[in-house]
Amino acid sequence: MHELSISSAVVDTALRHAGGRRVTGVEVKVGALRQVVPDSLAFYFEIVSRGTDCEGAELELDVIAAWMRCATCGHAWDPSPQPVESGASTAARLGSASEAHGDPALALPAFRCPACERADVETVRGDELEVESIEVENAEEEQCIAPR
Amino acid sequence: MHRTKVKVAVDALDANQTIANANRHDFDHAGVAVVNLMSAPGAGKTTLLERVLASLDGVRAGVLEGDVQGSMDADRIAALHVPVVQLNTESGFGGECHLDANMVRSALEDLPLSELDLLVIENVGNLVCPAEFRVGEDARIMVSSVTEGEDKPLKYPLMFRACELVVVNKIDLLPHLDFNLGRLLANVDAVNPGARVMLTSARTGEGVDELREWLASIPDRARATA
Repeated sequence: MHELSISSAVVDTALRHAGGRRVTGVEVKVGALRQVVPDSLAFYFEIVSRGTDCEGAELELDVIAAWMRCATCGHAWDPSPQPVESGASTAARLGSASEAHGDPALALPAFRCPACERADVETVRGDELEVESIEVENAEEEQCIAPR
Repeated sequence: MHRTKVKVAVDALDANQTIANANRHDFDHAGVAVVNLMSAPGAGKTTLLERVLASLDGVRAGVLEGDVQGSMDADRIAALHVPVVQLNTESGFGGECHLDANMVRSALEDLPLSELDLLVIENVGNLVCPAEFRVGEDARIMVSSVTEGEDKPLKYPLMFRACELVVVNKIDLLPHLDFNLGRLLANVDAVNPGARVMLTSARTGEGVDELREWLASIPDRARATA
């Protein structure tokens, strides 16, 4: 539902940078750690762009995979739940959280450093929600004018 | 006509963040620390607040209640003689599902900010949307009640990752539920390692003192980091 607010923000941002020109495309980066549903964003984008210079623009969503880094040991990893393999290595990888879980078949996301188990970690990628670029239509004569 | 690609590279929620920063500036100017209280509907946010505010000695608190409709929550808080403003979000598209920085800003003039040490913003009950919108707060608390099940951190990781304190409420019901507390704590740790966790029952009062102390210390902590 918040995709409505986000779509409005995306359209506003695109219009601000279009400077009155017609917008034919909008490229948005969405990090995997954001709870944004791409289909829902596209649905609302189509609605809120109606009657604006963004109407009919193609919305391109680039989903950015998550990547974490440990501030203590420097290890870097993908925190998303990994497919569970059989065998002892799985239990070792999932660590104490899985044991407390009592359900070794359930994969947990790993936001605690899998190497040193410290909690002081930073998000390298995956938090993005950015209007990356827009594509605008220029009148031919505008080509002769020096870029602003 | 030809088409040109224009590099933009700005946060889509830039406008919200700008207003959140303005709120932050006003809060700092008034010397009030702000906490954003979030949870699913019915987790017990208002009942916990009633418990906490009834004896928050030495801390002058105010409350901003966010709901889609109605003033039931604000009426309950007002009964404690605490300054409270009800913010309804129904003017949005079918009723906005969260508070954003601008909605909070619109309500600030109705609160005696300079007479407060602590402002609690009780967000709209929702496990997804409020996590996306900063409102200028110092701290974020999420309440997860045991009747919601152990899997919520895995289903709504952003909300659990966005807060620094997770309050597990309704623990008086544990004897009646097939609820594995260890599993919930493991799930919280998986998505937000290092988050502080408290166990409370707003009904019996268990654990409420710890939450009260944590809230009472926010103004001091906010000053220390200012």
